[in-house]
Amino acid sequence: MMKTLKQLALGFAVVLALAGTGAHAATTGIAWDKAPNKTNDLGALQNGAKLFVNYCLNCHSAAFMRYNRLRDIGLTEQQIKDNLLFATDKVGETMKASIDPKQAKDWFGANPPDLTVIARSRAGAGGTGADYLYTYLRTYYRDDTTATGWNNLAFPTVAMPHVLWELSGERKPLYEEKEEHGHKVAVFKGWQQVTPGTMTNLQYDQAMGDLVGYLQWMGEPAQNTRVRVGAWVLLFLLSLTFVAWRLNAAFWKDIK
Amino acid sequence: MAEFKEISPDAPAAAKLMNWVDNRFPASKLYKEHMSEYYAPKNFNFWYVFGSLALLVLVIQIVTGIFLTMHYKPDAALAFGSVEYIMRDVPWGWLIRYMHSTGASAFFVVVYLHMFRGLIYGSYRKPRELIWIFGCAIFLALMAEAFMGYLLPWGQMSYWGAQVIVNLFAAIPFIGPDLALLIRGDYVVGDATLNRFFAFHVIAVPLVLLGLVVAHLIALHEVGSNNPDGVEIKAKKDASGKPLDGIPFHPYYTVHDIFAVSVFLMIFSAIIFFAPEAGGYFLEYNNFIPADSLKTPAHIAPVWYFTPYYSMLRAITSEMMYALIACVLAGAVLGVLKAKIAALFKLVIVGAAVVLIGAMLAIDAKFWGVVVMGGAVIILFFLPWLDNSAAKSIRYRPTWHSWMYGIFVVNFLVLGYLGINPPSLINERVSQVGTLFYFGFFLLMPWWSRLGTFRPVPDRVTFAAH
Repeated sequence: MMKTLKQLALGFAVVLALAGTGAHAATTGIAWDKAPNKTNDLGALQNGAKLFVNYCLNCHSAAFMRYNRLRDIGLTEQQIKDNLLFATDKVGETMKASIDPKQAKDWFGANPPDLTVIARSRAGAGGTGADYLYTYLRTYYRDDTTATGWNNLAFPTVAMPHVLWELSGERKPLYEEKEEHGHKVAVFKGWQQVTPGTMTNLQYDQAMGDLVGYLQWMGEPAQNTRVRVGAWVLLFLLSLTFVAWRLNAAFWKDIK
Repeated sequence: MAEFKEISPDAPAAAKLMNWVDNRFPASKLYKEHMSEYYAPKNFNFWYVFGSLALLVLVIQIVTGIFLTMHYKPDAALAFGSVEYIMRDVPWGWLIRYMHSTGASAFFVVVYLHMFRGLIYGSYRKPRELIWIFGCAIFLALMAEAFMGYLLPWGQMSYWGAQVIVNLFAAIPFIGPDLALLIRGDYVVGDATLNRFFAFHVIAVPLVLLGLVVAHLIALHEVGSNNPDGVEIKAKKDASGKPLDGIPFHPYYTVHDIFAVSVFLMIFSAIIFFAPEAGGYFLEYNNFIPADSLKTPAHIAPVWYFTPYYSMLRAITSEMMYALIACVLAGAVLGVLKAKIAALFKLVIVGAAVVLIGAMLAIDAKFWGVVVMGGAVIILFFLPWLDNSAAKSIRYRPTWHSWMYGIFVVNFLVLGYLGINPPSLINERVSQVGTLFYFGFFLLMPWWSRLGTFRPVPDRVTFAAH
């Protein structure tokens, strides 16, 4: 019987391992870069919030996120009012874009999605949602064949133009020919800067890291509290388990 | 009807109070029958904690569910936002929500393990058939509960999952389309669907579930628990009528269960606090996108606990129908040639097979997929009458029987894995073989469970003191 159970456990482990590798269908686009985790870095989150309000919030809403929740990342209500409130004057309001959804649809062919939980929804086999966004925001390039004149390596034929182009400047992807399974394929190998942006590549990557950190934090503002509370809960349960174990043993020693 | 008992006026106040209650409500009697004098076999092992754990998860789901309904809005325009409101603006709302979403998966984990325990120790066999049947009904209600609850967050996966499953009902001949319309309350999944699923999820199904759990426990406590040896402990009693191998449920199994509960809560909390999405298996990533009736996701898969059945549904293609027809044909031929029954019954078998094969040729494979998926659950109800083995417990059955159960489990897990993944040719072939094995395991059980050399079953349970 034990042997069978062990075999079962082994089979179960194999299945789990298999499941881990292919739970979700591969998405198109290049492999995702690993995003830095900045959800505990208040400076980065504040910078991310600034970028978010300045660049994203014009077209995208974060309709479930209240401005005053930004107190969690170290801002005072006055700071929020003075620096980040453009679309509304009430700090208890949610972050709504000023764009008219109908107009947006006319312009871009699609309604810009709400960004409140975007970092949670974009996770997949390629990595976390933050990884995806970090890659996506850093892989825009000029493409005259699209309606907006921009294209993206992580999200081919994306409807959104490169809103941050002034910061990053224009870049061109470089490819090299490689042979895979008997076919010649073009493999992405790096970037060529066409026109300079106001930021260096390193600065731009850091800014995007901050922005993605903010998006990740906004997806679940309680995430760090959750982990902190969890540690205490587990510590408590660990001691409860010890007591329960000894209690169980104390009673069962009578049973012969 | 109990006699009215007088108590001495000098008795302590607590005893007087208890006497007053007991004369009006059988409190002490119930406590004795179900706790302090419910004699359970002393040789329970690891597998026997999952019943209590299922009860715990049920309570967690009901309590967290009550708090969720205080803030949730069953309205297609507001539902998604109200869940995010709970996650953000309701104090500790995220904890309540994660407990509920993790609880759903935990429920299926413990229930699957609980059912597996019944399977390997023959806990469904005489005289425990009704316990098993109530249990299967609980499983069915739980599936309905989980399916309808999954629509409520109103994300893309909620929406399209419901769309796909409700559309399956439309495959039923004649009444299908109207039935699907009745379930949805609309031509597509919409506000009406959300409202009725909410009603079913928060009140109708939980009531049924609770009633069935009570029936499950009453039936269990009437006949007494089975054990890993499959020995009836009531067969050997001491002079006072207590089973020799029985010990009172309280305190022995209550302390046992408290220990199990604390270990369970550690795992449960670890998921809630450190990985509430469980890698996209407990909370699917797509479900963080609000439902959109115009955008079909590239890949729709149910939550993990439904995927073995979903695989079986997808396995039934029009090609597979020929394999199934061959199975029906083989069954009928075998019945006619081998069964020792009157010629009239043989004629009935032939007639039924002809009708069935005709229907299988005439009706779309999609419908038979639904039949197979439903049948995979319904077949469990018949288990008490399918198992013909000479020993209840796997411990005294031939070694290769353990292997059968082992393969059954691996097969179930593989089907589950395939159900998560997008369809492919290999996926389809493997799930077809898996489906045939699943049904073969049960339908041929009356035959194979008798075969092999059984080990002698002891008179008393085997127990090593801790």
